Amino acid sequence: MFRDAWLVTKKDLLIELRSRILINQIAPYTLLILVLFGFALDADTETLRDTGPGLFWVSTLLVAILAIQRSVDVETSDSAIDRLMLSGISPTSIYVGKTIGLYLQLIVLEALLFTVMVVLFDMSVVDYPLVIVSAVVTTLAISSSGTLYGVIASGLGVRETLLPVLFLPVLAPAVIGATRAFGDAFGRVNADGWAWLGLLSVIAIVYTLVGMLTYGNIIEDT
Amino acid sequence: MATVINLEQSMVFLGQFPALTGATMNIRQGEVVLIKGPNGAGKSTLLRLCAGLLPMRSGIGTVLDFDLRTQRMELRAHIGLLGHRTGLYPDLTVSENLKFWASAYGANDIEVDKAMAFFGLNDRLGSVQVQNLSEGQRRRTSFALLLIKRPSIWLLDEPYAGLDSNGRELVNSSILQASELGTTVLIASHEIDKIGSTQERTLFVKGGRIVSDSDQDSEG
Repeated sequence: MFRDAWLVTKKDLLIELRSRILINQIAPYTLLILVLFGFALDADTETLRDTGPGLFWVSTLLVAILAIQRSVDVETSDSAIDRLMLSGISPTSIYVGKTIGLYLQLIVLEALLFTVMVVLFDMSVVDYPLVIVSAVVTTLAISSSGTLYGVIASGLGVRETLLPVLFLPVLAPAVIGATRAFGDAFGRVNADGWAWLGLLSVIAIVYTLVGMLTYGNIIEDT
Repeated sequence: MATVINLEQSMVFLGQFPALTGATMNIRQGEVVLIKGPNGAGKSTLLRLCAGLLPMRSGIGTVLDFDLRTQRMELRAHIGLLGHRTGLYPDLTVSENLKFWASAYGANDIEVDKAMAFFGLNDRLGSVQVQNLSEGQRRRTSFALLLIKRPSIWLLDEPYAGLDSNGRELVNSSILQASELGTTVLIASHEIDKIGSTQERTLFVKGGRIVSDSDQDSEG
């Protein structure tokens, strides 16, 4: 299974390398969101520091929607999904491969977003391990559920408008947990970030398992 | 020759629309079957049913001894389908597409090189992104994937669309070679009446049913 999944991941990353959609279109959008938040909050650095963790994850979710739609488009624009289904690669391997590909792309975007946020909002991190581990776990929750909901929305034929409506409520608990964990890591909230990380881990594992078990049935129906 | 496709009163719905309304046919190994019929008759649906991509609502259906009601996933690895769309990744080059799918099929680089050479893709075209190819060149790339996969059944939906005369000859040549090696080929096309195979047969589809079969007509 992992050999096939890695094959799908490598293919998705190669497509990104060739198309440069992530670098040329999604990354600038990410930065624009953050800058606009800065303007909207009137350059009040204390407010920006307090809200920074929440702004970071809201921005991440918005760009994740674009990355998910792109990940689905790659398979549906010329019916490559049919060829994948006829290739002998199991649906679980396709799901795992696409999730890892999306995960790696989101991690790159988050690193960029994080760097800009720290510089722009003049923020300082007090617990780097918590930042890194919570980003790793939350991104898994986003990419695993995003891969699944991207295909569901695609099958309903109204992907662009329906995906956010389906996807954002599902991710709400993860965003709350991630914002709390980041707030603690930045020393901005009085919360136990590592305890929130436990919740995030459960969410990420559950979403990934649900995706592995149901992806095959969903692509059959789309 | 052994039966490789057997359908009896097979019904397929696309949403609420009955695209196949009781198709019955029996195809033997190595046959080259032309499927003719007007637009919307159910030709593409018939091919997608045989590929295991569509569920059968009722009737009996087996392809390569796989039951179309319960073993569609197991069947798919043995099928090569060339649909209206090519199933290629537009951002990747021809060579990258072929190598990715070859890895998925478990084929090696030698088989990729042979297929590229057969369809004239091994010169400058190998390094061209698929989105920059003409329709005919994309078709040839898709055909190269059939050679690489080596499926037991080829299902070709309008395979000549966009091809020039040279491309059509290459496609016919590959079909005849595959048929001689025991591959069964089903072709839905408006553009041809004959391939030239000794095991050739024509089915006519209308209203989701097979209304005429040259095999039975000649027997009758």
